[in-house]
Amino acid sequence: MDGETHKRARRWHIAVFLAPAVLVYTAIMILPLFGTLQLALFREIDNAQVFVGLANFKTLFGDPRWSDSFWNALWNNTWFFIVHMLVQNPVGILLAALLSSPKLRMAAYYRTAIFIPTILSFVIVGFAWKLILSPLWGVAPTLLDAVGLKSLFAPWLGKEEYALTTLSLISVWQFVGIPMMLIYAALLSIPDEIIEAAECDGITGMSQFWRIKLPLILPSIGIISVLTFVGNFNAFDLIYTAQGALAGPNFSTDVLGTFLYRTFFGFQLQLGDPNMGSTIATAMFIIILCGVCIYLFGIQTRLRRYQF
Amino acid sequence: MKFRTFALALLGTSVLAGNQAIAQDVTLTIESWRNDDLGIWQDTLIPAFEAANPGIKVNFTPSAPAEYNAVLNSKLEAGSAGDLITCRPFDASLALYDSGHLADLSDLGAMANFSDVAKSAWQTDDGSATFCVPMASVIHGFIYNKDAFAEVGVEVPATVDEFFAVLDKIKEDGTYIPMAMGTNDQWEAATMGYNNVGPNYWRGEEGRLALIKGEQKLTDEQWVAPYRQLAKWADYLGDGYEAQTYPDSQNMFTLGRAAIYPAGSWEISGFNAQADFEMGAFAPPVQNAGDECYISDHTDIAIGMNAKSPNADAARTFLEWVGSAEFASLYANSLPGFFSLNSSPVEMEDPLAQEFVSWRDKCNSTIRSTYQILSRGTPNLENETWNASANVIRGTESPEDAGKRLQEGLASWYAPQQ
Repeated sequence: MDGETHKRARRWHIAVFLAPAVLVYTAIMILPLFGTLQLALFREIDNAQVFVGLANFKTLFGDPRWSDSFWNALWNNTWFFIVHMLVQNPVGILLAALLSSPKLRMAAYYRTAIFIPTILSFVIVGFAWKLILSPLWGVAPTLLDAVGLKSLFAPWLGKEEYALTTLSLISVWQFVGIPMMLIYAALLSIPDEIIEAAECDGITGMSQFWRIKLPLILPSIGIISVLTFVGNFNAFDLIYTAQGALAGPNFSTDVLGTFLYRTFFGFQLQLGDPNMGSTIATAMFIIILCGVCIYLFGIQTRLRRYQF
Repeated sequence: MKFRTFALALLGTSVLAGNQAIAQDVTLTIESWRNDDLGIWQDTLIPAFEAANPGIKVNFTPSAPAEYNAVLNSKLEAGSAGDLITCRPFDASLALYDSGHLADLSDLGAMANFSDVAKSAWQTDDGSATFCVPMASVIHGFIYNKDAFAEVGVEVPATVDEFFAVLDKIKEDGTYIPMAMGTNDQWEAATMGYNNVGPNYWRGEEGRLALIKGEQKLTDEQWVAPYRQLAKWADYLGDGYEAQTYPDSQNMFTLGRAAIYPAGSWEISGFNAQADFEMGAFAPPVQNAGDECYISDHTDIAIGMNAKSPNADAARTFLEWVGSAEFASLYANSLPGFFSLNSSPVEMEDPLAQEFVSWRDKCNSTIRSTYQILSRGTPNLENETWNASANVIRGTESPEDAGKRLQEGLASWYAPQQ
């Protein structure tokens, strides 16, 4: 009896409580997303939007000029991601492992100091590093000179070979706090019994980290990799503030974000082309979607979970 | 019940506010990218206009130069743009006119005060409609540190050979960096490099128009030679010029560390405020002594009216004033380096500005080669020129390759070049 009345009563509160989030999310995320997808299928001809099917994608991938820029930007994104995966995440894990060591003094101070750049604006970070690395006023050449290594200095942000890697490392510097914090939390959540059991079995020190702790924090590392992937393929701010929308030198730091910005909004004498811009945005969306799907279905389902 | 009273209250206030607006002055809002000029508009120009036209208030609301076009387009699409729109030259404004955002101002009385060349940057291709009132042009050349020249013992160069001799001497002397320019921001290399020295090679308007008609190609000697000169500049720029930004170069020169600054005349007021040494200017050097000289006297800035402005009458009054001799004199003198396009002669007090404007009498004026028509397609010739000029200076692309690449890009969409 009781159960039936419960079933019949409409549970309005669920809808009511969900409504604000659903409405806001729909209005500012889902609608614009579909708007972008729709815009990518149209083209402006004689001041009117005309449906052209996949013609914009054909231009983007078929026209050598568009496709060169696109693949260049995509490769730069990939390199940006590779640097983050090779530097940011291992360093983040290392820092977390050091911080979680009970012997470390002033751990709270280090934790805060390393995390602070994460909350700084891209504009500040880009500008500060541009000044640090400036060949004219920067401290980098002076510091290198002080230790007699001035010959190693180069105007890194102005050289095609180094600019993108330099920017990636600046971004790593800024965001290394995030993997550190997540891994740190994961390490702290490992129950002491497991560590003690490992010690009883004679697994201590480095081998304890590799055999006990690392497998337990793998799911966190997976999440961090996905976050890094999404963040890196959406990168724009740092490159725009440091190198401008033309992503110099010679487009060597051009990522999909800056390519999209130039195309969509126009730049200097180049007029904006919202349709081609949306086409690039759609391509970015698909790339990121594929990456996340590969992770979700290919990796996360295979990760072993341990019940404590 | 409560809701209804609230709605009534809202209605009431809006009616009241509406009444108030009728009684109040008309306020015009100006959209602009010249945030450097905020002080001049607020302290000099707007008070002068408001004193002569009671009942009209003017608000100057600039945005950052790099974002202006994008911001303005979004505002116009959304219908929230100001009444008066500062116009970029050529296609950016033409596109706004074509899509109905800028009003046709051909019938404005003040238009008679401007020559056809002055108006050309803000007209339809057939010249039938003019949609912005020209305000000013900027002239390219080189600003130099007079003290440095005296110290090293060099004279102002007239030819390219003399120019490089001067640079060599300054370099040998070692006290000063010969030239302050970087390639980090790219545009200086194209605007203050290529389009500064170039007109002497392609003979100003002659070459520019021939390029538009398709009679000359960017691979021709006169279009590649300026790149060859730029490639030689690299030796005279400061250490690490590859990462030197535009503000870096400005500071380097005004701090007295560099002797020559490839410039646009818009730098004058800033430099006057910053530098504590005497400055001079020389026009881009010609190839051989006695050659006719050409300068880039680029129509840069104008002002038009938002076609959907609710205050069209007041806006037209303002635009008539912008086209007047009074405005020309106020503007040119408060902003030395922005030279009035008004036909009535303007007396200027700044010696550096006088030097720049004196070249108009000696040399033939032209505008930047990439601005009219040629930057309409994809790839965009102006952006490509930035990239090519910076590459050539850095030595990562040869002048010939740069010319070839630009020509191929232009020919890919521009029929007369195919």
